[in-house]
Amino acid sequence: MIPASVSYVRASDIDHALELLEAPEARVLAGGQSLLPVMKLRIARPELVVDISRLPLRGVGLGGEELRVGPLTTWDELASSPELRRPDLEAIAECARRIGDLQVRNRGTIGGSLAHADPASDMPAVLIAMGARLHVRSQKGERALSVSDLFVGPFQTVLEHGELITEITVPVPAEGSGSAYVSVEHPASGFALAGAAALVTPETERVALTGITASPFLLPEGADPEAALADVDVLGDHYAPTEYRRHLATVVVGRALAAARARVAEAGA
Amino acid sequence: MPESLELVVNGEPRSLEVEARTLLVNALRDDLGLTGTHVGCDTSQCGACTVLLDGRAVKSCTVLALQAEGMEITTIEGLARDGELHPIQRAFVEHHGLQCGFCTPGMILTTSDLLSRDSDPSDDEIRGALRGNLCRCTGYQTVVESVRAAGAALRSGESS
Repeated sequence: MIPASVSYVRASDIDHALELLEAPEARVLAGGQSLLPVMKLRIARPELVVDISRLPLRGVGLGGEELRVGPLTTWDELASSPELRRPDLEAIAECARRIGDLQVRNRGTIGGSLAHADPASDMPAVLIAMGARLHVRSQKGERALSVSDLFVGPFQTVLEHGELITEITVPVPAEGSGSAYVSVEHPASGFALAGAAALVTPETERVALTGITASPFLLPEGADPEAALADVDVLGDHYAPTEYRRHLATVVVGRALAAARARVAEAGA
Repeated sequence: MPESLELVVNGEPRSLEVEARTLLVNALRDDLGLTGTHVGCDTSQCGACTVLLDGRAVKSCTVLALQAEGMEITTIEGLARDGELHPIQRAFVEHHGLQCGFCTPGMILTTSDLLSRDSDPSDDEIRGALRGNLCRCTGYQTVVESVRAAGAALRSGESS
């Protein structure tokens, strides 16, 4: 399988990328681990791919109140990032280590995955639980939005044509916080049948879920998870029918909360 | 419309002309004749097409050849030196890490990435690293043993 005919341009800088992305059938190519498979299946047939993989949009930086992640940071880089080896940010690395396989983690990027918006993608749950924001640019200007407002439905986001994710920021949780990500994966694809991220702070507990609905979402803070999940319109298929997925969701929520609380306890010990 | 592409493949600079849609695996196999890189599933699942791109294992069926411009690629053909098998290759031979051998080039290159990070991984880490390399002869146990032996061989090479 090879993609349909396409033009390819390697962007020399962000402005160049934004200019190229104005073309009507242009798509951003980062690590290619989501886009290339759908181009090979010819589900996606862009006329132009704009390769941004060499732009300086990579890396993890921790400063003051904020963790800053470049959208071209690979899963492998997140999995091994020393900045994330702390109880409150651990969920990000823990989640990255569970994504795909070594080869996919070597190429796949956090920004590419967010833009692709697979409903079973793991990291959105973590970013939503942690209150992350997305910074995007286009030739029209720039804006920031909450990751919880990004997803419209499966493979659909609020990003407009010509917009490029330029940074992901995560507020550093209050001292004495812990985070965790737990999922039950489809054994062949590795995608989450149900995945839960928990952030436990001295003030509150936040839990976000992925894989069980058309888009990842935050559970209402303070709600009993089982009661909250009873009203959710849960997806079902022949691998994981609705009621089974709903059950898995309560299981992973419980495990994620327990793991995040354990990290709080460890940090305080 | 073909575009020119410069790669460093197994240590040698190579120039070729490819279409924008050409996948790295096809450039390696069809344009450079390096057929040791196999196409198994062609959907980024099986890992038979794994090569090293600047030292990191990637599935070459899921990389555009043009994305690799200027980068160093190592294929299975690039591991042996002066007719001597690479220690990872030798370990797979000695520990029966293959039956039919179709998945082996990918297994070996993923192993190379793993052992370059940690030459003494646990069995769990070995199995985790090889999750993206499928073997349909059910040779996983001997693959794990091969990787363990390869790590030991590389460690003894480092210390000598």
